[in-house]
Amino acid sequence: MDTLNLAWLLVAIPLVSSAVLLLLGRGSDAWGHWLGVLASAASAVLAIVILVQLLGLGADDRTANVHLFDWIPAGDLTVSAGLLVDPLSVTFAILITFVGTLIHIYAVAYMSHDVDRRRFFAYLNLFIAAMLVLVLADSYALLFLGWEGVGLASYLLIGFWNQNTEYAVAAKKAFVMNRVGDMGMLVAMMAMFATFGAVDFDTVFGAADGAGEGAMTLIGLMLVLAACGKSAQFPLQAWLGDAMAGPTPVSALIHAATMVTAGVYLIVRSGPIFEQTPTAQLVAAIVGAVTLLFGAIVGCAKDDIKKVLAASTMSQIGYMMLAAGLGPIGYAFAIFHLITHGFFKAGMFLGAGSVMHGMGDEVNMRGFGNLSRYMKVTWITFMAGWLAIIGIPPFSGFWSKDKIIESAFVGEGWQPWVFGTVALVGAGITAFYMSRLFFMTFHGKARWNDGKNDLPGPERTPHESPALMTVPMIVLAIGAIGLGGLLTIGDSFVTWLEPVTGHVEHHEPVLPIPVIMVTTIVLVLLGAGLAWRQYAASAVPVAPPTGSVLTRAARADLYQDAVNEGVFMRPGQHLTRTLVYTDTAVVDGAVNGLGSGTLGWGERLRRLQNGFVRSYAAVMLIGVIGALVVVLASRV
Amino acid sequence: MNQFVPPEIDWAALSPVLIVLGLAVVGVLVEAFVPMRARRATQVVLAVVGVGAALVAVAWRWVVVQDEGPTAVVAGALREDAPALLAQAILLVCAFVGLLVIADRSSGEDAFAPAAAAIPGSAYEAEARKAGLAQTEVFPLTMFAVGGMLVFPAAADLLTLFIALEVLSLPLYLLAGLARRRRLLSQEASLKYFLLGAFSSAFFLMGIALLYGYSGSVRFDELATAVPATSGLDGMLLAGVLLVIVGLLFKVGAVPFHSWVPDVYQGAPTPITGFMAACTKIAAFAALLRFVYVVVPGLQWDLTVALWVIAILTMIVGTVLAVVQTDMKRMLAYSSVAHAGFLLLGVIALVPSGISSVLFYLLAYGLATVGAFGLLTLVRERDADGNVTGEALHLSQWAGLGRRHPVLAVCFTLFLISFAGIPLTGGFIGKFLVFGAAIEGGAWPLVVIAVLASAAAAFFYVRVIVLMFFTEPAGTDADPGTTVVRTEGLTAVAVVVCAIGTVLLGVLPGPILDLTASATKFML
Repeated sequence: MDTLNLAWLLVAIPLVSSAVLLLLGRGSDAWGHWLGVLASAASAVLAIVILVQLLGLGADDRTANVHLFDWIPAGDLTVSAGLLVDPLSVTFAILITFVGTLIHIYAVAYMSHDVDRRRFFAYLNLFIAAMLVLVLADSYALLFLGWEGVGLASYLLIGFWNQNTEYAVAAKKAFVMNRVGDMGMLVAMMAMFATFGAVDFDTVFGAADGAGEGAMTLIGLMLVLAACGKSAQFPLQAWLGDAMAGPTPVSALIHAATMVTAGVYLIVRSGPIFEQTPTAQLVAAIVGAVTLLFGAIVGCAKDDIKKVLAASTMSQIGYMMLAAGLGPIGYAFAIFHLITHGFFKAGMFLGAGSVMHGMGDEVNMRGFGNLSRYMKVTWITFMAGWLAIIGIPPFSGFWSKDKIIESAFVGEGWQPWVFGTVALVGAGITAFYMSRLFFMTFHGKARWNDGKNDLPGPERTPHESPALMTVPMIVLAIGAIGLGGLLTIGDSFVTWLEPVTGHVEHHEPVLPIPVIMVTTIVLVLLGAGLAWRQYAASAVPVAPPTGSVLTRAARADLYQDAVNEGVFMRPGQHLTRTLVYTDTAVVDGAVNGLGSGTLGWGERLRRLQNGFVRSYAAVMLIGVIGALVVVLASRV
Repeated sequence: MNQFVPPEIDWAALSPVLIVLGLAVVGVLVEAFVPMRARRATQVVLAVVGVGAALVAVAWRWVVVQDEGPTAVVAGALREDAPALLAQAILLVCAFVGLLVIADRSSGEDAFAPAAAAIPGSAYEAEARKAGLAQTEVFPLTMFAVGGMLVFPAAADLLTLFIALEVLSLPLYLLAGLARRRRLLSQEASLKYFLLGAFSSAFFLMGIALLYGYSGSVRFDELATAVPATSGLDGMLLAGVLLVIVGLLFKVGAVPFHSWVPDVYQGAPTPITGFMAACTKIAAFAALLRFVYVVVPGLQWDLTVALWVIAILTMIVGTVLAVVQTDMKRMLAYSSVAHAGFLLLGVIALVPSGISSVLFYLLAYGLATVGAFGLLTLVRERDADGNVTGEALHLSQWAGLGRRHPVLAVCFTLFLISFAGIPLTGGFIGKFLVFGAAIEGGAWPLVVIAVLASAAAAFFYVRVIVLMFFTEPAGTDADPGTTVVRTEGLTAVAVVVCAIGTVLLGVLPGPILDLTASATKFML
């Protein structure tokens, strides 16, 4: 039998495993985590088999629709549930299941002291299943199911240690911000339905070039909004930093490698729509460029190792978003960077987890230093990730990021200059803050209490993590070193994605390619050198210095929370308060009175009641008169 | 000289209504002639069998109508067409599960006062309780209400509609006042409901009078033909149409005619609240659909602003006030107001798919509502002596319920996510269809607001879920404070049916969608 038709098993295996783990409860505590690993690994093997089979087919035959069942068949609306197996979705499936399996293995050791480890693995499996639904769906409706599913799983996982209120608040914030993005997704779907009468990829993309630009722009902008929510892009980026409250494997899997990149997937997948709407495309590129700088600036000032990594994730996804906003020329590179980033960033998150493991869950980098002596494997694997992200050749990140910077310089008018410069400057800042992180953690003088020096804080005994944790880190580090170069040879990755992204002729950037490349590398070396001088060669103060206005702003996430609060929460709270006031004072005073008084409450109730029915009736009367006035106004 | 010609009556077409009303009358006789010991059992059997038989009759009529086409019944007072029959079927399904919850006696008592006429707190009341009296009139009253509701979606003239409105309302006014506990609150709810209901009936009647004055007829089809002949008198027409719509909007609880909803939902016995919230809304929306889709099309432009404002207000006020409630019943009451707003989108859309999508939404909403209120009846407080007392309705009392009673909490979660419109539940498909119809009808600004409102609404539903599963329970394991009582089984059956229905509507909605898809046109 054709293995492509078995694609549904990719989703089914982790889903069943998740259900089994949740249903069996405590009974499966002893072996539950291994079942989770096994399910994820089985999906990974299947994904690789499917990949091999696709590679064996001609480039034009590499798309298969796997029909599952009719989901919403109603008159003129038919939504069937089916999977779309093509180079793009299989690339994602490999990333999700392969990196996912490594992180599962890592988590076996990382979570070994947690009594609820089995539940954690059930959620991880659920996440894998939902994420696979998202990328394998053949319609926006099914994609939306996966979209909500990963949201739910990430909500459960961020809040996994929900005994801590701060974590629960973080989970809630992620939830609310994501709902704003989901709203965009829903409106996009409704608009598609109104325009095309369908929401499956085939019909929508087939009819996209015949539809009006107005409708396409609405759909495109709403898809960008959806992508912003899920991928933590400006202006919906606030939740990602707080989401770091979850266990580190979660940060590595969901908030670095997979879920947060779903927005980029959405835009690349919706390429035929964006082709019809330059406006939405430009908005996506601007969003990407703004987030790219935003994340980079925030990353420079944070002292919490996971928050720096979160800011850098935001910034790197900004690169991908920028590339996706450039149109077909950038699609393949967006996905290329997404894949290499998935490896090196997940590797660094696992490295950060390993550091925390050895340092008693400390996350403040000002309390690290000189750890390279104690954690050799973590240090070396982290170094691979660091060199990859700042873009030193021949590490993975160099190949993918360089291509994005080059593409950003392609075009006419002001755009190539602005986007190109932003991408270039971003690369320099990235080199600075990632080197800062690396040097502060692994080099310089030790700034923690080892029992012999008189530094403040609890005594630390840094040690290397067990093999279950280091092996996944090593595998990911190998990816960070070699994957980029490997996929660049003969443009193999770009050619592989061509059936989805379309063939693009080579465009000349506004600057010669060697100039761009050399400038990038010079900026990167400058950034890294600056960080070396400041954080490795000279002493790092244990207490954060006050810093300039910019530093303080960056530490406060450039006041994003304050802005959110001012723009969204306060007006909302005022509205609520006003309505609540009406509710308590006018509408249900009677009932509240009932709650507060126990003695003689009957008497009071009777007295109150007369007045209040009157006021109810008054509200109705005002409503009727208002409606009559509105309706009859046109007749006067 | 006109001679009186008796109308030809198609008894078969009336059979669902006749079965329900007939058995309601039998129920009254049972009160008079059957000995007290056997009364309750007889009433329960009569009511459940009656609703079941009516459902079968509706199914039979559906087949007939599919074959022979829609007909006008009883000299044009009623219409027997696909939307009417489908609405009746949805109503009967929800009434059936609702009745199971009403009939259930958890921890040995039903939800109703032993002697409703007794003054609350009086010696007579205590005696009646001790003697184990039961107000079994609840069942015939419910049946009368169901009878009125069945006529509602089929009524094709304003007087029939008005009589049906009163037939369904009067028993509900009474039922709302029959709660076993918190008697004063219940009686207050009953009186408020009655007074405001009378008030809205006055608007409704005024509307009928104006329409009769304008067109010389109370029949929908004649009104519809009179509409295009717009002349200087059409102020009367517009005002009349609006007042009739107001009367119906009162029943569905749209803002600003919603003020009774939270108080009555909270005060009424919980099984009645569930029944009322589901069935009244289904009946009233079905009637509203027929009136709007038959009479209003020519007046669309005149009424748009008013209807849009009402829909927007309903969605926003319902959602915002639901967010701040701490009482389960009030929260669900405001959530039902918000749902009325979402449903109004399908009514305003004025496209064929509006009818079918609203009907689907009503089924999904009705099942989740009966199920959710059914579960509320099972979660109880304990007094100092450990005796089970009234329902535990404060949010905080539900903390950690998922750890002690996972099945109950999972079912409740299911209903909540259906309310929230999250995929794989009926609520999602319903919202999707209704919003899609609204966009088709050009009401996309409303849809944007509706999607925003449902995003905000998800917040308070999820808050309850978080509370149940992720919060430490209040009391100790030995004395949890909140307890879940055993049922006779009827509520459990109802909840399971509702839960299965909610999931099936979300996962495999195909068959039901096929049914609703054939109900896209009202017979003139």
